[in-house]
Amino acid sequence: MRVAIIVFPGSNCDRDMMVAIEAITGRRPALIWHKERQIDAADLIIIPGGFSFGDYLRCGALAARSPAMEAVLDHASRGGAVLGVCNGFQILLEAGLLPGTLVKNTALKFVCRETELALEPDLQSPLLDKLGTDENGHVLSIPVAHNEGNYFAPEDELDALEANGQIAFRYYGDAVRTPVNPNGSSRNIAGILSANKRVLGMMPHPERAMGNGHRSEDGRRLLTSIIAGVSA
Amino acid sequence: MKVTINISLKEGVLDPEGRAVETALGNLGFTDAANVRIGRQISLDIDAEDASRAQHRAARMCESLLANTVIEDYEIELADEE
Repeated sequence: MRVAIIVFPGSNCDRDMMVAIEAITGRRPALIWHKERQIDAADLIIIPGGFSFGDYLRCGALAARSPAMEAVLDHASRGGAVLGVCNGFQILLEAGLLPGTLVKNTALKFVCRETELALEPDLQSPLLDKLGTDENGHVLSIPVAHNEGNYFAPEDELDALEANGQIAFRYYGDAVRTPVNPNGSSRNIAGILSANKRVLGMMPHPERAMGNGHRSEDGRRLLTSIIAGVSA
Repeated sequence: MKVTINISLKEGVLDPEGRAVETALGNLGFTDAANVRIGRQISLDIDAEDASRAQHRAARMCESLLANTVIEDYEIELADEE
């Protein structure tokens, strides 16, 4: 299982993700600096969270045009698996690997808290298939931390995402004191998939829900499912 | 050639920043202010032989990086040539 994590100036979840993946696979992922034009064969490429290039211009805009992302686009066009978390999700959207965009949270606040995610029913993605089969498999508790996590796409694009089964999870829950949707995202979307279901972008941080002192270990469940799906 | 690019949110795209500014204006007594939208201006020099070439290059720059055309429109202004 070979995992590569792309590192940009301003990435700050790259090492957490490395530790999380190593805890699951027993093998340390490669950290790839954004100036690398080539990435050695990888089963999964991860774009981590952070503030790449200081969020200049738009979140993820400059990172999406960096040399390493050309290699990521190549990898994805050959059917390779890609996971983008938080700023990584923003970068995948800016790079055109996923449709739509992420705009400022409607409350104009940086939101850092636990969220409940409902896995979309009847999902068909090799990355997420393993999740639905265990008990409580359809709900995940994973924290978010972002200022621009408000997913936006034109209505017809949202309809198409739903029709094609490209919505991975939505914010969900029945807590009275905290709103279900932390950022105002269209149709409560928290994560989406590419048309071939092998590129996943999500705002919540699975590497921050690994058990062992974290509030939840659903992030570990999610990453384990992704790795199992990629290896299969 | 001096080029100015104005980038604005498309109509219909929610602008929480603009809305917050509108509320603040209202609090200051500017209740006549409405539909506040916040954009971005980028100015640059483009090395081009004529205006149409500069216009073309600026549009390419907007499409490939400067604007996110999912949610933003752009307008290109060329400085008058002396």
